[in-house]
Amino acid sequence: MNKPADQRIRLQLMLCAGTGCVSNKSFKIRQVLEAELIKQGLDKEVTVVMTGCIGFCAVGPLMTVMPDGIFYHSLTEEKIPYLVEEHFLKGRPVEKFMFVPPTEKIAIPKISDIDFFSRQTLVVLKNRGLIDPQKIDEYIARGGYRALAKALTAMTPEGIIQEIKDSGLRGRGGGGFPTGQKWELCKKSVADTKYIICNADEGDPGAFMDRSIVEADPHAVLEGMLIGARAIGATEAYIYIREEYQLARERMETAIAQAKEYGLLGKNIFGTDFSFKAHIKQGAGAFVCGEETSLIASIEGRPPEPSQRPPFPAQSGLWGFPTNINNVETWANVPNIIDRGAQWFSKIGTAQSPGTKVFSLVGKINNTGLVEVPMGITIKEVVYDIGGGIPNNKKFKALQTGGPSGGCIPARLIDLPIDYEKLTEAGSIMGSGGLIVMDEDTCVVDLAKYFLEFTSDESCGKCSSCRDGSIALLEILERICNGQGVKEDLDILGELSAAVKSSSMCGLGQTLPNPVLSTLLYFRDEYEAHIFEKRCPAKMCKPLLKFVIDEKVCVGCTVCVKSCPPEAISGEKKLPHKINPDKCVKCGICLEKCKFGAIKVN
Amino acid sequence: MKKISIEDLDKITQRVKKTTLLQEGAGRAKITVHMGTCGISAGAREIMNVLLEEFEKRNINDVVITSSGCAGLCSREPMATVEIKGETPIKYADLNPEKIRRILTEHILGGKIINEYVLAKGNERIY
Repeated sequence: MNKPADQRIRLQLMLCAGTGCVSNKSFKIRQVLEAELIKQGLDKEVTVVMTGCIGFCAVGPLMTVMPDGIFYHSLTEEKIPYLVEEHFLKGRPVEKFMFVPPTEKIAIPKISDIDFFSRQTLVVLKNRGLIDPQKIDEYIARGGYRALAKALTAMTPEGIIQEIKDSGLRGRGGGGFPTGQKWELCKKSVADTKYIICNADEGDPGAFMDRSIVEADPHAVLEGMLIGARAIGATEAYIYIREEYQLARERMETAIAQAKEYGLLGKNIFGTDFSFKAHIKQGAGAFVCGEETSLIASIEGRPPEPSQRPPFPAQSGLWGFPTNINNVETWANVPNIIDRGAQWFSKIGTAQSPGTKVFSLVGKINNTGLVEVPMGITIKEVVYDIGGGIPNNKKFKALQTGGPSGGCIPARLIDLPIDYEKLTEAGSIMGSGGLIVMDEDTCVVDLAKYFLEFTSDESCGKCSSCRDGSIALLEILERICNGQGVKEDLDILGELSAAVKSSSMCGLGQTLPNPVLSTLLYFRDEYEAHIFEKRCPAKMCKPLLKFVIDEKVCVGCTVCVKSCPPEAISGEKKLPHKINPDKCVKCGICLEKCKFGAIKVN
Repeated sequence: MKKISIEDLDKITQRVKKTTLLQEGAGRAKITVHMGTCGISAGAREIMNVLLEEFEKRNINDVVITSSGCAGLCSREPMATVEIKGETPIKYADLNPEKIRRILTEHILGGKIINEYVLAKGNERIY
């Protein structure tokens, strides 16, 4: 139908001249279009035809290019020169001016097409983004408090514990102790009063799993605690939330108030003989409070210091009564297990580590975020499929798991499955779920130093091995990074680490050498480069860097001379410049300013 | 509200479905702003404020505005999910006041998805 009448005419531009498009200046478009066709010498082979209204006035002026039927919309005078050149001269239809109908979903990926989402398995985070966390009704509408109803009316306390044991759930706070077994120990302790505690004192740098769970779904945590309390025989709970987590605390406060109003907290819940109270205890943000006995001391109003075990909290905990502590994520798993059964849960993940794990994925990674994945997923899947790889095409160097208590896993173990056993074998720990991704520009000695700065600061000071040991380790690492490392340092780091591990009372001291030990194990060559060659392979430790100018590349533009703050660069125009190493403060400004890449860092 | 019984759980579910779940009734669209700490620090409060302002200014009363927790992809916050009745939910990322105004005008009121702001469509798979 739209076959060009004149054989020389190869394209017809069907420009709409309906009232809608005319008021959108389609006649002006015609003028500009024809002028541009003449300008680009196309007027003999491309012609403009004004048509009647083609009906889609909302995005006018409209134009259909025949014979291909390519449809352009919202034309403006400015678009014309580009369109004429690209499409009519060079034959490349301009996609950005084309219309994609709302029903045509090609341009929009599905959530399931995006690896970040599709590779995740949501159990704990099943309500994330879907419910209003401040409305108990929305939690109930998505199946909430059904597990509690089942636990109170259709199960015995022993039955609940058996279900949790069968599920294989292990503590998500880091230790990985079997949750059912922990509950059983506390249940067996005979006492009138028993407590349960929810540990929301997430202190690892770069970790925010528990915060996000409480913020997104506080009732899931409460329901898990209610079920646990029923199983153990506890009647009162403390939720220990660190001071910094203001929003999480507010949402938990709201959740508690709403649960009280519905009688889900208080006396005779659901008309049964089960009664339960919950309080929030605000922590002051001391890392050591993540440790059970220190946390208990903090709730009691004492300085947060660990105490000798036994007795375990299950026998003598808060105010001397049997106490069971689990972390946020562990509690949030419980309603799912009771609701859907141990068998369902144990099929997710691996045989030794069933279920999912929530990780906060941070560092040198494209998709920073919170992810929930089945246990046993490989590092590669987390870093590349979910995390989207490393920014700026840098190389993946290592993954730090378990925060300051964990270790550094090198890139060559990228196929390692993430579960409790495999991470421990590799010299790290699962920890609470912080994953820090490092690229080739991260110096592992500097990383170990960073974590030791943290732990030496956070050590409560009770055990000298931890208090003084962490400082001694830190001093050695600082020396190495400053270029004053000596040969003996390597052995001393190893020996001292072993001593701190074996003679500290709590987890903080027992694990603080892990960042040192794991980096020594996998990156000994980098320690050696720092000590023997006074060189930082990642070019991060400033005292070890040397800035020099490559005389062959330098064109003598004097830009670096003018921009050097300590005036360490000298040189005449058009002659190679020089850096005076005594004056250079290694600020890197010359590196940034030089357009010719003449500044080299060694 | 008095104490609830186990049977009340189902009643509440029915009521919520009628008032906030689109497929069951109420509004013709719903917009969820993801307000975890990450979202808020990236500007989710402002997004919410802009929406509330615009709703008042334009007297919109057939669309439900709600907030929820972090959607997981913290590096692309602020995020919001738009759900038009009978259609797949659409997640928008990297929002600012200007973008959310356009989304309100063109998508929620106009029915046209703004492709260039979209992160993805659909909901996450729940195990």
